[in-house]
Amino acid sequence: MRLEYFLLIDRIVDLDLDKHTIRTEANVPTTSTIFEGHFPGYPLMPGVLLIETMAQTSGWLLMGLHKFTRMAFFASVKEAKLRSFVTPGQSLSVSAKLLHDGSGFAVTKAEIRHEGKLVCNAELTFRLIPFPNPQFRASMEKIAEQIQYPLEAVPHV
Amino acid sequence: MSSTFDTVANIISETCDIERDKIKPESHAIDDLGIDSLDFLDIAFAIDKAFGIKLPLEQWTQEVNDGKATTEQYFVLKNLCARIDELIAAKAAPA
Repeated sequence: MRLEYFLLIDRIVDLDLDKHTIRTEANVPTTSTIFEGHFPGYPLMPGVLLIETMAQTSGWLLMGLHKFTRMAFFASVKEAKLRSFVTPGQSLSVSAKLLHDGSGFAVTKAEIRHEGKLVCNAELTFRLIPFPNPQFRASMEKIAEQIQYPLEAVPHV
Repeated sequence: MSSTFDTVANIISETCDIERDKIKPESHAIDDLGIDSLDFLDIAFAIDKAFGIKLPLEQWTQEVNDGKATTEQYFVLKNLCARIDELIAAKAAPA
C-alpha cells in the first residue's frame, strides 16, 4: 500500500474474467502519518481505507471486464462490516466478485482476509464511465503494469 | 402474480424509503418522487435482478441528453413499466 498516493493494491494475484473474480494483495505499511492520528499509541488501519481497498480491487476487476475502455468510479457501499482490527505490517488478501453488470454501473461483493480470517466485507456499487481522455487511461494502465495486472489477459479495444 | 408496476413500486418504496401509497403509475421518478441518479442505480439493480433484464440506462440518458426523448418517456412509472415489459418480451422472443 502506498497510502500517500492512495494506491492501496500492491499486486494482482489472480484475475479470472470468465468467473468474474479477482484477488489482490495489499500490505499495510509499518509506518505512516495516518497511524500517528489513528490512533496515538494504538495504530489501526482506518476502516474507510479498508473499504477503499475493496473498492480498488473491485475497480481493477471491472476495468478488466470492460477491456480498459471504462473507469470504475466508486458510488456506494452497503452492508460494510469491519470485523476485526487491521494493524501496521499486516498482509491482506483482498477478493472481489461481480454481482451485476448493469448499464453504466456494476455491483460487486468484496472481502479482505488476513491469514485466512475474514477482516471485512461489503457490497459495492460503481459507475462505469468511458475514460474522459487517453492520458487518464494510459495512467491507469501504467499503474496496472506496476501491480502486475495480467494485461495480456484483457483483449484491448 | 403481481404486476410489473407493483414490483417496481415495491422496489422504489424499499430502496428509497418512500411510502408505497405515494407511488402511482403517473408518478415521475425524478420530479415527483425525488429519486436521484444514485438511488436510481439501486433501483435499476433491483429491477434488473427481479425481471432478469438489463435496463438500458445509458441509452436512455443519451437520448434525453440529445433531445431525442423526454424524461417522461422513461421515468414516469407507467412508461418505465411498459419499457420493462418490452424488455421481458424481447428476452422471451426466439432469436
